[in-house]
Amino acid sequence: MHDMDLEYAIEVEDLETYYGDRQILRGVSLKVAPEEIMVIMGGSGSGKSTLLRYILGLNPPHAGTIKLLGNDISKISSQELYLLKKDIGVSFQSGALMRSLSVGENICMPLKEHTKLDENTMHIMARMKLEVVNLSGFEDLMPAELSGGMIKRAAIARAIVMDPKLLFFDEPSAGLDPVVAAELDELILHLRSALKMTIVVVTHELDSAFKIADRITILDQGKILLTGTTEEVKNSDDRRIQDLLNRRPKQEEIDPEKYLDILLGKKARQVP
Amino acid sequence: MTTVMSGFIRFVENVGRKFVGGIAELGYVLVLFAESLYWGFVGHSRQQPVRVQSVLKEIREIGFNAVLIVSVLCMAVGAMLAIQGVATLKAFGQELRTIDLVAQATTREFASLIVGILVAGRSGSAITARIGTMHESQEIDALRVIGINPVRHLGSPVLLAMIVCVPLLTIVGYFMCIFGSGLFVSSALDIPLATYMERTLEVLTLNDVSQGLIKSSVFAIIIALVGVSNGFQVGSGAEGVGRSTTRSVVLSISFIVVADMIFTYFLNIASFS
Repeated sequence: MHDMDLEYAIEVEDLETYYGDRQILRGVSLKVAPEEIMVIMGGSGSGKSTLLRYILGLNPPHAGTIKLLGNDISKISSQELYLLKKDIGVSFQSGALMRSLSVGENICMPLKEHTKLDENTMHIMARMKLEVVNLSGFEDLMPAELSGGMIKRAAIARAIVMDPKLLFFDEPSAGLDPVVAAELDELILHLRSALKMTIVVVTHELDSAFKIADRITILDQGKILLTGTTEEVKNSDDRRIQDLLNRRPKQEEIDPEKYLDILLGKKARQVP
Repeated sequence: MTTVMSGFIRFVENVGRKFVGGIAELGYVLVLFAESLYWGFVGHSRQQPVRVQSVLKEIREIGFNAVLIVSVLCMAVGAMLAIQGVATLKAFGQELRTIDLVAQATTREFASLIVGILVAGRSGSAITARIGTMHESQEIDALRVIGINPVRHLGSPVLLAMIVCVPLLTIVGYFMCIFGSGLFVSSALDIPLATYMERTLEVLTLNDVSQGLIKSSVFAIIIALVGVSNGFQVGSGAEGVGRSTTRSVVLSISFIVVADMIFTYFLNIASFS
């Protein structure tokens, strides 16, 4: 595909999603340019992981459109979608390596699925990618024998083995010690400069976000508060954004009437 | 009065919700069945084949590894039938008829039923647990973003392997039931084992043997679909996996027994009239 001529690698428009009756995303629009690193930030329950799931096509949107490399993922045929997956790499929060396969076999999975390379070539490519993530020599181990940071790096190796144009990270540094987390940030920057990938990172780690991001999107309660460069985010005078940046607990004013209703388990106070 | 009414309404509501849920699940299972077959037959031409290797792996797990336990159980059931047969038929002086009884009862009924229940408990639960844990650890999501259809990768191999293994295990069951019974009868009634086997081959018809095989194919489909669908629909947490696994076994065995009754009726409908 010919996406370098595209204006945007990822375009999300007016995305609305529900979990049961509860609305999670309320009209989210987001554009990511080619070779850009976009960080999606927000507190727990802000909808950032949900947004990632919908961009990846793991759930069908209730309203709105999602375009990856110019293809509307809910309109293209299943065969086109299948081909599009070659250009997408994802590193999940828990790594999501297949526990029944060795690290090397895990990394070869996308190659086995999408190419007709012979076994030896695949293993050479897997070793090259392990080298990129500093895990060379670990291809014969099982995922259960790796530490948390190693699992994440192996998952990144699997995500980049097809040299995808779009690379997604879900909470790359969650649960890792600061040194390993910093190494992962370096790795993300390196992947963009060396392999020219468009990268979307979902995280709530401030340091890491400011270090790697070209632009940051801040989600709160299913809405985008702001999309802008790191400077714009730092200088924003929105209170919620500043709460998030300065780790201040939310200071919402409590309406005594409403609070009473919550305690009494009433949905809405009836007016007599 | 109002509490009775509201209780009744809640009851009706619950029944309705369960019913609709059941219909939805039935629909899901039928789609899963169609999709598993679709990938089995069409996957290759769409460059997304069901891997022969994964089917063989399932066959080894479901079929080959179960041969010993199927043999032991079926021998025991065969011997048990023979003991009861000799004891009851003796009253009519027909104890030699035990050979006919066991031959027909095991091929028509017992071998397939024992194998079905055993495979449901042994492999059906394992399949649900495996797919359920994969779901929990986002491995299924990982498959999907790589472009690997989870039904093709996990569902089709199980269905194909079951359809191959359960009837083959049933044939093993036939032999072992009859062998187990033969051991008892030949020593209790003092006839050579070879004579016992000759008599068995005389009484058995193609109809007897095929009844068990037809039913075992149905059981295979039931175990595969119940196991796989419960795995994909697993609730959250380790508790969810445990609950789905139990549900999978209980449902498989219940459906097997009910299907057995229905198929036995229709396969023998000619002999009632």
